[in-house]
Amino acid sequence: MAGLVLGLIAISVAAVVLAWKPALPPVPPVAAASFDRATVLHGETLARLGNCGTCHTAAGGRPFAGGKAVQTPFGAIFSTNITPDPATGLGRWSLEAFMRAMREGVSRDGSFLYPAFPYDHFRRTTDRDLAALYAFLMTRPPVSTQAAENRLAWPYGYRPLLAGWSFLYVRKEAVDETDRGRYLAEGLAHCGACHTPRDRWGAEVVDRAYDGAWVDGWYAPPLNARSPAIHPWTEEMLFAYLRTGLSPMHAAAAGPMAEVVRELSGVPEADVRALATYFAGLMADAPAATGGKTTTDKQSEADRMHPEGATLFAGACASCHEAGAPMMMQQGRPPLGWGTSLHVDAAHDTLHVIVQGFAPPVGRAGPAMPAFGNDFTDRQLAEIAAYLRARYTDLPPWPNLEQAVSDVRKEGGQ
Amino acid sequence: MISLTVNGAAQSVDADPDTPLLYVLRDELGLNGAKFGCGLGQCGACTVLVDDRPAFSCLLPIAALAGRKVRTIESLGTPDRPGALAAAFEAEQAAQCGYCIAGMIMRAQALLERNNRPTEAELRVSLAPNLCRCGTHMRILRAVRRAAAAMGGGVQESSR
Amino acid sequence: MNGLTRRSLLAKSGLVVVFASSGAAGAQEPEESANLPGDLDKYPFLDSWIRIDPKGRITVFTGKAELGQGLRTALMQIAADELEVSPASIELIMADTGRTPDEGITAGSHSMQNSGMAILNAAANVRVLLTDAAAWRFASSVDQIELQDGMAYGPGGLRLGYGDLAAGFSLHVMAKPDVPRRSKGRRLIGENVPRVDIPAKVNGGSAYVQDIRAANMLHARVVRGPSDGTQLKPADIDAVAKMPGVEKVVQDGRFMAVLAAKEWHAVKALRRLQAAGWERRDTPLPSIDLCDVIRKSPARDIPIFGYPGPPAPADARIVKARYSRPCLMHGSIGPSCAVALWENGNLIVWTHSQGVSPLRKSLAEFVRLPLERVHCIHVEGSGCYGHNGADDVAADAALAARAVPGRPVRMQWMREQEHGWEPLGSAMVVELQGALGRDGRIAGWRHDVWSNAHNGRPINAGGLLAGAELEPPFAPQKPQPIPMPEGGGDRNANPIYALPNASGTHHFVERAPLRVSALRSLGAHMNVFAIESFMDEMAHAANADPVDFRLIHLQDSRAREVVEAAANRFGWKRRVKGRPGRGYGFGFARYKNLGAYCALAMEIMIEPDSGTIEVRRVVAAVDSGEAVSPDGIRNQIEGAIVQSLSWTQMEAVTFDASHRTSFDWSAYPIVRFPSVPVSIEVNVIDRPGEPFLGTGEAGQGPAAAALANAITDAIGHRLRDMPLTSERIRAALRS
Repeated sequence: MAGLVLGLIAISVAAVVLAWKPALPPVPPVAAASFDRATVLHGETLARLGNCGTCHTAAGGRPFAGGKAVQTPFGAIFSTNITPDPATGLGRWSLEAFMRAMREGVSRDGSFLYPAFPYDHFRRTTDRDLAALYAFLMTRPPVSTQAAENRLAWPYGYRPLLAGWSFLYVRKEAVDETDRGRYLAEGLAHCGACHTPRDRWGAEVVDRAYDGAWVDGWYAPPLNARSPAIHPWTEEMLFAYLRTGLSPMHAAAAGPMAEVVRELSGVPEADVRALATYFAGLMADAPAATGGKTTTDKQSEADRMHPEGATLFAGACASCHEAGAPMMMQQGRPPLGWGTSLHVDAAHDTLHVIVQGFAPPVGRAGPAMPAFGNDFTDRQLAEIAAYLRARYTDLPPWPNLEQAVSDVRKEGGQ
Repeated sequence: MISLTVNGAAQSVDADPDTPLLYVLRDELGLNGAKFGCGLGQCGACTVLVDDRPAFSCLLPIAALAGRKVRTIESLGTPDRPGALAAAFEAEQAAQCGYCIAGMIMRAQALLERNNRPTEAELRVSLAPNLCRCGTHMRILRAVRRAAAAMGGGVQESSR
Repeated sequence: MNGLTRRSLLAKSGLVVVFASSGAAGAQEPEESANLPGDLDKYPFLDSWIRIDPKGRITVFTGKAELGQGLRTALMQIAADELEVSPASIELIMADTGRTPDEGITAGSHSMQNSGMAILNAAANVRVLLTDAAAWRFASSVDQIELQDGMAYGPGGLRLGYGDLAAGFSLHVMAKPDVPRRSKGRRLIGENVPRVDIPAKVNGGSAYVQDIRAANMLHARVVRGPSDGTQLKPADIDAVAKMPGVEKVVQDGRFMAVLAAKEWHAVKALRRLQAAGWERRDTPLPSIDLCDVIRKSPARDIPIFGYPGPPAPADARIVKARYSRPCLMHGSIGPSCAVALWENGNLIVWTHSQGVSPLRKSLAEFVRLPLERVHCIHVEGSGCYGHNGADDVAADAALAARAVPGRPVRMQWMREQEHGWEPLGSAMVVELQGALGRDGRIAGWRHDVWSNAHNGRPINAGGLLAGAELEPPFAPQKPQPIPMPEGGGDRNANPIYALPNASGTHHFVERAPLRVSALRSLGAHMNVFAIESFMDEMAHAANADPVDFRLIHLQDSRAREVVEAAANRFGWKRRVKGRPGRGYGFGFARYKNLGAYCALAMEIMIEPDSGTIEVRRVVAAVDSGEAVSPDGIRNQIEGAIVQSLSWTQMEAVTFDASHRTSFDWSAYPIVRFPSVPVSIEVNVIDRPGEPFLGTGEAGQGPAAAALANAITDAIGHRLRDMPLTSERIRAALRS
């Protein structure tokens, strides 16, 4: 606690020095027709790569009108309206103000933005791309909404603190566009925002890039040599996964990643391929790629160890996941053991999928699963998870499964 | 033998514990309401209530049901004395082939028991797990609205 | 048949079972034409349709089946109206090869035209006979007789029941043509009589073939590869036969089925056998777009229509367009099911087939029994919308039942089997060319349609799926086009508009990469989609309002009234054009140019980023001739609109080289509640005295076209290839 207080004092001092940023003058609303079509379409691609709509659209709300709560360890932050509504959105923002926000995390009025808005990534975006993104957002249908108040624990609601954060964590560096995959992944696509662990101040730990991290109660697995995947993530498989939400050698995308895939399905193939190439490179030394992983199906052993789990699996899961089930025999869907979520240290991803199910990641058709949260008690869910772990991996049993179930139910609102 | 509580009555059935509830309801207990539609949890024809929540009975092994209450459409009424939803479906003539209807009624029952003043959007989202192929949707919606009113509530307009 | 078994079937399922040999005067051989209305022409004896027992109980027979379209109630209504009794006092026997006239298939919106008109006229004949008999018994004149609620009343308080009267004469007499209908006030026809099948359906009663539960019954699953054109690899059958609960693994050639007393055991055995894997048996499926394959395949060219007229003037504007539709699925919510009993060398099948008589004939050949030893009884299944797996599963049930004589066998297809094996609605291509004169009128019209067959219903054992699996196999049925005026791929290709210098050709493509047959409305969905899209394209070229443009080319007065009614009720003229994302569309057709007229107007909103369509309002007008049940008509049209919007907006059967990949609802999504229209209004135009016109297929084409036209109105681009998905709208907005 003393450390925390000292840290706060240090940051506050920095804040006093740094917290003042000028408001930039409002501009008259820009006519949508003043942007050229090619720039707007390029901006749309960038908005999808940046996954802007996912955070800036509330459930059932108008696109980009904000209002979605982003949960952080410091409290809930509500996304802002980035439609060109003059009063409540970006309607009176100049391109300069937009670029400052994207690069320095400062709002047009001079106040600091919370780093839940990942400007530490966005700053690595070229002027040209930021201008296109601006053009795209300024040509959306304007929506008037009142922003919800953030719900942050003391003292994080005090915005000048953010100046210190920005000073400590956001370094200026030249934008490097030579490697397209890297440019996108490190910049607009902000992959590290989910897959890189953060320190106590919510900043990504630079020397642990893509080591895997927690986001919204899901575990985003490592995307580097520590990848626990059972089969190698080749460029082809990553491409299929990022584009369609299904890798036939791994699993379907669910949870926050499904939203990423949904957006990536609408961008040019070359960009998705560039991302796939980049991450396939980062995972080239992972155990699966170097032959260090084997698949397993220890059904009889698992049946013996977890008889209740086995029974529940046979009645609830086998109709889709057992060898003779239509998904498996007809459609070549990956066996459960090929999914990464059974091979990571926490059961949460596995449980999230069982409790909430998931819809096809892209469009109306595609892999889907019904929600079983209502069907099973906490103990039964834990039994099923234990059975899956015992049957499809050689790893030790998950500890504290019932706690994980309880976490997942809270996070899933069940 | 496995013990179950179905429509308020304790039942003892001779079935493997992994048997999905659907087959037990239909074949062992002689209840027609829950229908086989997909066996994959995709169409809702088999919907029943388990502890007042809708569930796909085709994917629910009876081993999971100890101490839990199962309700099927048979518990809501009979042709002579239909329940509120069945009566509303009759009044609206909300069926064509009717195969999906028992599942629809059970899902609507779960909704209205929780909230008899849903918005139109909530109503549509809550029925989304259930498929109808005849295109009877508009009548089904009318019937649920009518039943909501009969149950002392009503479906609220929502700006869609 | 074993009496105990039959009684238990009766007791447990509530289904009436009468064995073929128990006498069935209704099912006589058809007679020569006597020029009588509907199917009365084929079966002119009154007792084929109506019988009255000495207690006055009235039984009406129809060879048509209840498919959820409300036919049972409508036919009872017709008979009751003419016989002056309440519908509840009538027992209606439907589609039973032992009892009812052979009225072929319940399809093509023919039931009201054929069976409804037959029953109406038979009942009128019976009413005259009852009146005559009463007059004779009361020694009065016929004008002094009044019939009411099963009684005949004469002068001075004389009265006799129908039973007494009917005992005095035979109904085994030929119907007379031109017997007038009851002239005094209408009572039942035109009334919204509540459907008699609905109470059981909404209360969990026994209503479907799936609900049959007989003593000693076995549950069966057929074991196949994933889809048509595939077969299973050899599996460890001995191991499966030893699985708990498995009574038998039936094999006959490549046909295989598992039988168990408990359904779950049969399912588990099926899964175990399927784990062996599968392989393609037929030639690989095409790797290019199926519509292109059909467009370029060798075809038999069949002229559809040709209307004379001067050649289009040299300055006429030529408009051309190509439209396409992928293969579509029936997608019954309940997979097909049948119950069969093989006993004493007789076969009884309870089936939801749309054609019990052709099925009976096909099954007799299939199991090599004389026709009289096969009995098919219709019991409702899940809605079928054409030729789904109903006939095939009946054959599967028959083969399984033959292996366990004396035990009823309930054969239930799994979801992926229905998706994988059901015959599909054919992929189609239509190319249209029109000439627009300087006067804004169409001066020339050319319609070319390419399609596989729309008619693969079984007429022999080769038409049944399992027919190809037996050793030796039965030769598959040769695909045939359906001649006009009904048409198959060319159904509704003949425009209803009065067009000069017009012609059309049906390019019938026999070779079908995927199994195809009759899907609700056959080619009409595609042809009306194309014609009515093209009418909008021509109207756009002529700078004319789409509805006005239709009306100047429409002479049929009933057609004009329907178009005007839909437009007026919608407020077409008052619509506000040019609002962002908002679109209005119109579509019209008369089904087959013989059936019901249907016009509809639609308002949609498109969300530009996602391309998502919201259908806000649909207003339809329909003329089905004399409306027996206006609410029944509305129900059918509402359903047609929603179903067609699903087909047109989001459905397409997918496949790779080896098999169909649309194997379930995740791979073949259909409309769900959040995507159905905000409102649908159907206005019925009643035509008392006009013949009944079937309604079930009238709305699909107009709804598809209205959607396409509304999308064009909203985004300024025309989508001509179904499905009109949000992805395609997005792409069009970005082109």
